Amino acid sequence: MPRVSDSGPDAATAESPPLDLSRVADDLAANARACASRWDQDGGLPDSVREEFAGSGLLAADLPERYGGAGLDPLTLGEITARIGGECSALRGLLTVQGMVAAAVLRWGTAEQRDDWLPRLAGGELTAGFAVTERAAGSALGSVETRIEASGRSDRQELVVSGQKRWITFGAVADVFLVLGKYEGRPAAVLVDADRAGVEREPVNGQLGMRAARIAHLSFDGVRVPRRQLIAPPGLGLSHVIGTALDHGRFTVAWGCVGMAEACVEDAATHAAVRRQGETPLGDHQLVRSLLARAAVDAAGARELARRAAEARASGPGHGVPETLMAKYAAASAAATASRDAVQVLGSAGCAPDSRAGRHFRDAKVMEIIEGAQQVSGLHIAERLLRRFGDAARGTDRPVGPRLPEGAS
Amino acid sequence: MNDNITEQITDFLSAALRRQVEPDDDYFAQGLADSLFALELVTFVESRFALTVEVEDLDLDSFRTANRITEFVRRKTDAPDRGVAHAEGV
Repeated sequence: MPRVSDSGPDAATAESPPLDLSRVADDLAANARACASRWDQDGGLPDSVREEFAGSGLLAADLPERYGGAGLDPLTLGEITARIGGECSALRGLLTVQGMVAAAVLRWGTAEQRDDWLPRLAGGELTAGFAVTERAAGSALGSVETRIEASGRSDRQELVVSGQKRWITFGAVADVFLVLGKYEGRPAAVLVDADRAGVEREPVNGQLGMRAARIAHLSFDGVRVPRRQLIAPPGLGLSHVIGTALDHGRFTVAWGCVGMAEACVEDAATHAAVRRQGETPLGDHQLVRSLLARAAVDAAGARELARRAAEARASGPGHGVPETLMAKYAAASAAATASRDAVQVLGSAGCAPDSRAGRHFRDAKVMEIIEGAQQVSGLHIAERLLRRFGDAARGTDRPVGPRLPEGAS
Repeated sequence: MNDNITEQITDFLSAALRRQVEPDDDYFAQGLADSLFALELVTFVESRFALTVEVEDLDLDSFRTANRITEFVRRKTDAPDRGVAHAEGV
């Protein structure tokens, strides 16, 4: 339900946040267009750029105004994300992670937790990290080994967090992590401040993609946090808290991939139109045209699925989960194939260190793995198909079909 | 009323889990739920019965069986302050 601004109609007219934020996003995207290759080659988004982004109001901008957000509707958020993602996946990753953690706290935090954390996430005072993946827990997050235990001290009002997390986007610089662990054997999610004793970060460099995203492996060695930083009761940390965050992450990753695919179509078509080999423009070759056509159709299809997901999500939290899953699946695939074909059309220009298509090619492969690998997403999509079309056949006690692995996300 | 609520819930559960779910079946313990199911169930209960599930309601036991969900729905919809708290979360 849209929330009416507390400060009355004047404030709403004066601010018109979606328009302003779209302009801010355009400026940031223009800057990223000029700088993203350098950030990628240098192996890190500069802190000054991250701070500028954080202060722009674009992070967690879909939070309600009472928590410092702009109350952005899903479609506007998506279109902004596509513009940023089309230039730089690391910047888009910052937006994605902040949005994921904010969505989880908004949905499953207590009133006190929302008042405490959300304004600082929306205002960019805090950079969030999503510390879930472990060496032995990627798609199967139910098997995380991080322990969250009640401390014997202070009347059990303190928790002790111990474990190793891998591949944490902006993990090298984040101020607070949403950590998934097990509390008395049950999945639990807790916010852990990065400056607490026992938090160690090991920056990762030279990985395939997302090279500017300040990725780090994290170690939590008996880190003590107040129990009030536990989000939702133990047992619901994965299915509800992390589930909500991943759903939000799939939405912004999908739109980021739409932007990547469209950027690759632009670069490939531009090159094909002006580049001549011998007497022939590249675009006169039928095989080149075929690549361009396929990429353009994939990109347009991904955008329409992302738009459909945005419409479904406009009904409120919890809506549009299957539509978002399908959009992310299609958009990651579109970004991967469009970037591959763009590099092919661009030839050596696509292999150059400063090639946008070349960078998107590496990053798009990562998009096919994060927030639900393509094959895991496919399982969920097919599960819903079987549910829908198997409905008529149900009613007899037929055996249950194969189930998804527990905790598959 | 009660029977109707339970029936709507078992219909949803049976479709979602692709097997007949009885009012007292503990489908979580039976390992039938995948990671998206929990969120879908919350959304279904909120939409169908026009209520908001708060974190304070998030006791796994409340959602363990169709009959438990029915009790939860009746508790929430009988409450005098329903729909007021956390309207921004709807």
